[in-house]
Amino acid sequence: MGNLLSLTTFIPLLGAAILALFLRGDDEAAQRNAKWVALVVTSATFLVSLFIWFGFDPNNTDFQFVEERPWLLGLQYKMGVDGISVLFVMLTTFLMPLVIAACWDVKTRVKEYMIAFLLLETLMLGVFMALDLVLFYLFFEAGLIPMFLIIGIWGGKDRIYASFKFFLYTFLGSVLMLVAMVAMFTDAGTTDIPALMAHEFGSEDFSLLGIQIIGGAQTLMWIAFFASFAVKMPMWPVHTWLPDAHVQAPTAGSVVLAAILLKMGGYGFLRFSLPMFPVGSEVMGPLVLWLSAIAIVYTSLVALVQQDMKKLIAYSSVAHMGYVTMGIFAVNQQGIDGAIFQMISHGFISGALFLCVGVIYDRMHTREIDAYGGLVNRMPAYALIFMFFTMANVGLPGTSGFIGEFLTLMGIFQVNTWVAVIATTGVILSAAYALWLYRRVVMGDLIKESLKTISDMTTRERAIFAPLVFMTLLLGVYPAPVLDTIGPSVQALIGQYDIATAAFEAANQVASN
Amino acid sequence: MISADIQTVLPEILLSLYAMGALMAAVYTIKDGAAALLTWVTAGVFVLLAVWIGINGSGSTSAFGGMFVDDSFARFSKIVILISAAIVLLMSEGYMARRNLLRFEYPLLVALAVVGMMVMVSAGDLMALYMGLELQSLSLYVVASLRRDSAKSTEAGLKYFVLGALSSGLLLYGASLTYGFAGTTLFSGIIDALHHEVSLGLLFGLVFLLAGFAFKVSAAPFHMWTPDVYEGSPTPVTAFFATAPKVAAMALFARVVHDAFGGIVGEWQQIVAFLAVVSMFLGAIAAIGQRDIKRLMAYSSIAHMGFALMGLAAGTALGVQAMLIYMAIYVTMNIGTFALILSMEKDGRPVTDIQALQSYSKRDPLMALVMLIMMFSLAGVPPMLGFFGKFYVLRAAYDAGLGWLAVAGVIASVIGAFYYLRIVYYVYFGAEGEGTDSRPTPVLWAAAVVSAVIVAVAWLPGINLFGIEPVAAAAAATLVN
Repeated sequence: MGNLLSLTTFIPLLGAAILALFLRGDDEAAQRNAKWVALVVTSATFLVSLFIWFGFDPNNTDFQFVEERPWLLGLQYKMGVDGISVLFVMLTTFLMPLVIAACWDVKTRVKEYMIAFLLLETLMLGVFMALDLVLFYLFFEAGLIPMFLIIGIWGGKDRIYASFKFFLYTFLGSVLMLVAMVAMFTDAGTTDIPALMAHEFGSEDFSLLGIQIIGGAQTLMWIAFFASFAVKMPMWPVHTWLPDAHVQAPTAGSVVLAAILLKMGGYGFLRFSLPMFPVGSEVMGPLVLWLSAIAIVYTSLVALVQQDMKKLIAYSSVAHMGYVTMGIFAVNQQGIDGAIFQMISHGFISGALFLCVGVIYDRMHTREIDAYGGLVNRMPAYALIFMFFTMANVGLPGTSGFIGEFLTLMGIFQVNTWVAVIATTGVILSAAYALWLYRRVVMGDLIKESLKTISDMTTRERAIFAPLVFMTLLLGVYPAPVLDTIGPSVQALIGQYDIATAAFEAANQVASN
Repeated sequence: MISADIQTVLPEILLSLYAMGALMAAVYTIKDGAAALLTWVTAGVFVLLAVWIGINGSGSTSAFGGMFVDDSFARFSKIVILISAAIVLLMSEGYMARRNLLRFEYPLLVALAVVGMMVMVSAGDLMALYMGLELQSLSLYVVASLRRDSAKSTEAGLKYFVLGALSSGLLLYGASLTYGFAGTTLFSGIIDALHHEVSLGLLFGLVFLLAGFAFKVSAAPFHMWTPDVYEGSPTPVTAFFATAPKVAAMALFARVVHDAFGGIVGEWQQIVAFLAVVSMFLGAIAAIGQRDIKRLMAYSSIAHMGFALMGLAAGTALGVQAMLIYMAIYVTMNIGTFALILSMEKDGRPVTDIQALQSYSKRDPLMALVMLIMMFSLAGVPPMLGFFGKFYVLRAAYDAGLGWLAVAGVIASVIGAFYYLRIVYYVYFGAEGEGTDSRPTPVLWAAAVVSAVIVAVAWLPGINLFGIEPVAAAAAATLVN
């Protein structure tokens, strides 16, 4: 099984090609076939990816299942996973069949819709597996194309504006990263990610246009990468594309966006910013911590006043990603463990929340909170599921949301008490907006005429939620599978980081004496 | 001696003889009746010559006392020029025939223009350079106004001619200054003269020469003719303008700055970098308001020339290699895009308003997909080939210490992405509306699909841009040492 990673990555692409070439017509039968092909393909991808999961040795901190072949310009086609990326790979393959199942009711251009999602899966998996800078960029950027189309073709009323904003915002962030990648290529003479991790980029201060750059080239490259990942994450104040994109995207698009695409930013910080530019991270880290703290409080407050359910959940996502960036740049075991855990758990929870909105949107075709109320009377099962994920979003102990938040807060407390204090208020705020949303939508008497005939979840919908509930509970009470997998890799990352920054600080000491 | 010289310029001689012979034959026989046949034959001749140059050529030889150079750089450019000219000719045949524009002079004028281009990229002397350039330009002026009864086409031809004459004047003035101060018109002599001393007069000459070249590659601020000529000329002619002449002019540009002025990279680097940055931004910003797809492609080509110039501005072998690869990719993308534009018709009349693409994806999913691939490639979004072109030039520019230029370039490419996305928006998201109602002819269909496939997959490991990279590297190495 030398090509296990490539196999996993390109099964969805193969599925997309089969759909594109062999499926004709647009009648009901063809639509059903398209959905079934997509479902089978994504499930097969998940099954194949299980081989990665079970073959993975967590105690080995090197990259595993590595594949390598020469490419253009001295670049390489190189894939591999370590303890950090394997989890994101599994998250992606696990969620995609559910995403496909969630768009069963789509009626327009079904074949193209399925092709777009299959392509997107290939590209997302590629991002998490690529071990070559340019290959990573390729997958990272190419993902914009299917997402642009998903929002633009199958989105809501203002989909054009949202899709352009999504594309241009993220494109602007990434091209700066591209320049930094070119700079790294020139400096180190290679684009091999493991080799670049070992390479020491220049960190001597210099002045540019009269501004003294502490940390030198590393800081500049760090900023360029930050421009890309911060937009992707998204971090305050560059998060504004996310609510628009989420509101306009179809349900399945929102799920993919929140559950997987956002994680690419966090993954990028862990894969590039910390190990490759430790000095840059050390210099700019405090800025990230404060931005995260602001994000947590500010976006939670913004979430409180939203009228649109999807927008509310989108802002809540921004807040939760604030914990992630905070944990990453605390650079200690709890912080990073917590950040990764939070990303995985947020993948399940936010995905589920968007699906919850999708369930009632499919019935009522509105996302206005005011249009609902008292759903518990007619939809008891839905009320239960929505309750569960609301609680998980708040971070109730026993759900996976709690572990992530707790670990990141513990990590940050050791580094910066003030940021920790501010961020902790976010826990309270998140309870406020999430529970208030739940109260307005589900509780109370069913007085609205239009809701009198609403029906509870179908078997298909229940089947989609079941695995998500299971994972959220499992990780909530038994987080070991995740923590044991990432532990050694994170430890190695932090060890490397500490050595690099210690040298920088020692040099600074000497210089100031 | 003379036979060796003739051996070196044999492809050019053969092509000129063919053009003149065919012209005579057609004039005295069936005239326009032979037009379709001549188009195919000319394209065939181009392809044969390209194959011959590709197989036969080796090493570097110069003829006529250094006036004419045949090296791998020239061969690379000639092959790209010949192949793209052949494809554009084939694409134009159906379009021209249906609009009663297919005159037998058309393929022959294109053949003469191609001879001019081949002389340009092989020039080793300012005289040879000018000769090639004028042969090319004069043929193109006529081709631009091919539709004699259309005011727009005539206007395009006239505008092109007047502004082209101005730029030729600038170029000649620069050439004469250079000659006056260097004492020779040979590139090898100029570079020797620069070793002794860099006089102000030579620098003036250089600046005027560069201004003339900038006009020919339509780099801002010498781009004004481009949108009008693109819009006014018959679409197949526009497709031709956007491909082969651009490659020739860019190759000539590289040839002169390296062969004649290679010793003073620092002097022209800033000029070229300026041209690059202005072109990239102008092309990106001015295209936003365009509603006509031909004008839009004109601004797009200005922006792309900016990127190619970015490679040239590096002043290194890597830069020239990047420029060559960029131009090859650019030509591929433009052929595909123009194949689509050529097939945009409504009620049998060509339409160029981008509104006509409304919901094109529902009428013709395959062609819509081709359009999507082309637009994302032109915007430089991976995994399309356009991204790799940009990556090469960015790397060359950064490597040469032009980091600021690389940053400016990528920012311009984000601005430019907007209007490419807008076309995708019309094709895929647009409301139902009155749009094009045509099906592409088999030739256009093939050109569009093949170039789309190339653009989408040629970067895959195993294909590696069809091995163009080492060839371009060898070509660049002959120019820069």
